[in-house]
Amino acid sequence: MTHDAPRKSFPSPYDLQAPAGAEGWQELYPYNLVFQDNLREKEDQKFWFCDSQHWPNVFKPFEVIGVEFASRCLGAYNTRHYIIPPANGIDYRIHNGYNYFSPVAVDPSLIADRVPHFMERAGHYFQNWESLLANWKTVVLANIAEMDAINFEKLPDMVPLDDVTGGLGMDPSVKMFEDYDRLIQLAYRNWERHFEFLNLGYVAYLDFFGFCKQTFPGIPDLAIAKMVMGVDSVLFRPDDELKNLAALAVKLELTGVFAAHTSADGVLGALAGSAAGDEWIAAWKAAQEPWFNYTSGNGFYGSDVYWCDSLDLPMGYIQDYVVRAARGEQLHRPKDALIVERDRIAGEYAEVLDGEALETFQGKLGLARVVYPYVEDHNFYIEHWTMGVFWRKVRQLSHLLHEEGFWENPDDILYLSRDEVRPVLFDYAGGWAVGVDAIGPSYWPKEIARRTKIVAALEEARPAPAFNEPPAEINEPFTIMLWGITTEQVQQWLGADEGDNPGLLKGMAASGGVVEGLARVITHADQLGQLQQGEILVAPVTAPSWGPVFGKISATVTDIGGMMSHAAIVCREYGLPAVTGTGRASTQIKTGMMLRVDGTQGTVTILD
Amino acid sequence: MTENSPSNYVFPFDSTETPLHERLGGKCTSLAIMTSAGMPVPPGFAVTTDAFDAVMNQTTLRAHIVGVLEGLDMDDIAEVDRRAAHVRELILTQEVPDDVRDATLSAYDDLMSLCGGEVPVAVRSSATAEDLPDASFAGQQDTYLWILGRATVLAKIRECWASLYTARAITYRMANNISDEGLSMAVAVQKMVNSRTSGVAMTIDPTNGDRSKIVVDASWGLGEMVVSGEVTPDNFVIDKVMMSVVNRIISDKHEELVPTDHGTIVRREVEAERRNSPSLSDEELMTVARLSKAAEKHYKCVQDIEWAIDADLPDGANVLLLQSRPETVWSQKAAPKNYVSAGHGIEAITKSMMAQLKRD
Repeated sequence: MTHDAPRKSFPSPYDLQAPAGAEGWQELYPYNLVFQDNLREKEDQKFWFCDSQHWPNVFKPFEVIGVEFASRCLGAYNTRHYIIPPANGIDYRIHNGYNYFSPVAVDPSLIADRVPHFMERAGHYFQNWESLLANWKTVVLANIAEMDAINFEKLPDMVPLDDVTGGLGMDPSVKMFEDYDRLIQLAYRNWERHFEFLNLGYVAYLDFFGFCKQTFPGIPDLAIAKMVMGVDSVLFRPDDELKNLAALAVKLELTGVFAAHTSADGVLGALAGSAAGDEWIAAWKAAQEPWFNYTSGNGFYGSDVYWCDSLDLPMGYIQDYVVRAARGEQLHRPKDALIVERDRIAGEYAEVLDGEALETFQGKLGLARVVYPYVEDHNFYIEHWTMGVFWRKVRQLSHLLHEEGFWENPDDILYLSRDEVRPVLFDYAGGWAVGVDAIGPSYWPKEIARRTKIVAALEEARPAPAFNEPPAEINEPFTIMLWGITTEQVQQWLGADEGDNPGLLKGMAASGGVVEGLARVITHADQLGQLQQGEILVAPVTAPSWGPVFGKISATVTDIGGMMSHAAIVCREYGLPAVTGTGRASTQIKTGMMLRVDGTQGTVTILD
Repeated sequence: MTENSPSNYVFPFDSTETPLHERLGGKCTSLAIMTSAGMPVPPGFAVTTDAFDAVMNQTTLRAHIVGVLEGLDMDDIAEVDRRAAHVRELILTQEVPDDVRDATLSAYDDLMSLCGGEVPVAVRSSATAEDLPDASFAGQQDTYLWILGRATVLAKIRECWASLYTARAITYRMANNISDEGLSMAVAVQKMVNSRTSGVAMTIDPTNGDRSKIVVDASWGLGEMVVSGEVTPDNFVIDKVMMSVVNRIISDKHEELVPTDHGTIVRREVEAERRNSPSLSDEELMTVARLSKAAEKHYKCVQDIEWAIDADLPDGANVLLLQSRPETVWSQKAAPKNYVSAGHGIEAITKSMMAQLKRD
């Protein structure tokens, strides 16, 4: 026990130097997102932790949009929509290119006054959950459709004749400006929607969670998650579609074609023409909309690759599945077994209760199960689908401006903030209108080269896990659930446990079971191909779209993430052991090490 | 089933066959049922009533006994004593048919080889209900502990058989008009537990009445020191549904009691490196938890259990249930109410949210 150890503190962000070559990085980001010198006293009173779960890599300036929209909207629903009595939003800053969060509690003297508002507002949502959610889906899909219709085109040499004779009275720059603004607005609108249900979903989940913790002191978080979890989240649908396509290929006896080619074009070319091949291609096309709006990243980076933009990716997964399906392997998640296990767990806890306690347990579990699907499903509609379309449009605009000479590399728009792009458009349209060269092509390549160097220098350093003095106890439930940041976790970051047993890592018992196997450390999605059958995936963080590899691995270990992190959810669905939020697994563990992962106890042992 | 088939003469407690009371007697039936219900008792086997019947029927023994007891006056105590002693002497000296002897020794050898060599056993009678004054009478009277070696075991089995003909048993049957015809007896041969580690388990958390937990206390050696409080045991709390350890406290266990081969007990200091080490592995702990859960399920109420880990038995077969009885403290009380807000609407959510704040 280390309770008597003196309280340690993390460094102040003000005392941490920028990595060499990254000096002046603050200018890449909005002024309100960096720690301002004159606010040091105030900022140092807060505890900040690095959210490397959602932002494992350094932000390029345009990518700040994700943390700004997400954090602002999360906060608004807590603070301004539902008036959640004890919790305001989560404050956000960027330091040395990485994202830091600090949850904001409500002044205790104001909490009581918030209660009636919360009950009225949140109560309305809980009572009308299904119908409000149906409306949510309609609006979100309409926003995506509108975004999808946006098309950035090179300005023509002449205004179209029809526009002139029709007396339109304006040129295509108007639409280009408006489309850009609209693109940003639509993304913003769907980020608003992202949190319309999510915060309340967590509230109901945590209510059941709290009841279980009181009634069954010490109950594993995993037990609660398993009782509530769904087995048919749309988040798993894209991967299921690939498995179905693989099964169809086996059924149509096309296995050989999939083995003989290395690219999507190669496979599709060889399939076309035969009846069986055409049948398969039709199924492949049908699956794409919307299920290939799926990224191997997490939706927060402009470089995230989406399946529909890079068909080799899903085809590669399918080829892998075809081989396994042909061997007779069971590809699909064990849904029936998951349901049996879920009902066994809920049934056994119910069995030890009676009367009012039993009724309360069943009621709270019932509500948690109603709201929970949203907690998983929203991720597909917003992070994957909305952001997939969004980044595609941003890249389209970037490529256009690249061709117009504004920058050297097609995707360099990411080195501009979203508000810097607007004047670039005006510069482009201005030069076009006046009949002279735009200024941008002589300005941006040099500036972007400077920024590229800074971002690269920032990427060289790992983020500090946290800043300033942590609270004695971390009990803010969102922080624990989403990020897996607990009192113990923070102590571990502080090195309080160092020397105890360097071969033992502790984290969240996120998905049960014990497995021994060889480690494969993956720090980037493009390394996923290295994974061998039966290996243990060790990563700073995983994304749900890594789905296809989960059929191959035997367990998962992450640095960051709580019970509701992607790795935790996916592993529970696949019945694999997972230990999340270890803080240091991806640096401590090396590929090839023999590990023992105990997902029931939340421990990882290096056996070498 | 042919009564005289040698395979029917013995019945290992972990047999997959259905234990029949009329073949195994009360004690052995219960040991076999416990084993198959996931509550592994110390390993052993029954010498069935078929074996006893074979001895009686394949030899002249039954006829002899009938002859000796003919015309006995149950009120003549001295005569009853004399003839009872005579019958018992007949049983103790009767040559046992080879197939009965072979089957018994083969089961005994199997048990010894499971234990990794010759170890002491207990030999006890296992009566079939109404033949004797009461089951506990027979059971307690005819228990031979720390029995070592084939010959001694065979001799003790005969002594159990002979116990059907104590003076008291004979007069009891005569008084109650119970015929000696069909009178039979099974015998249990069971390993003496060699406790490396032992302790208690409860299928409830006794500190708060939480029935979703199993609480295990464990220390080195025999369990007496845990029960008497002479040593602070290791303490584990296990979630009964998820079967995971939710709390563990490893204590300084300075002393232990260990059995010797002759049934005596030695008290000794625990050497430094073992004192502060867990007295059982996680696998063993989970086995204790599983057998506790099985006992609760079997007896349909909260259980208070004594268990041991046997040093002679291989991993995976070494965790043994010694005793299971209903828990009495919490069973008398109303279920505790640990939660702050009943119901599930927005009122309940708000109430528990506010209560959470006050606690923090």
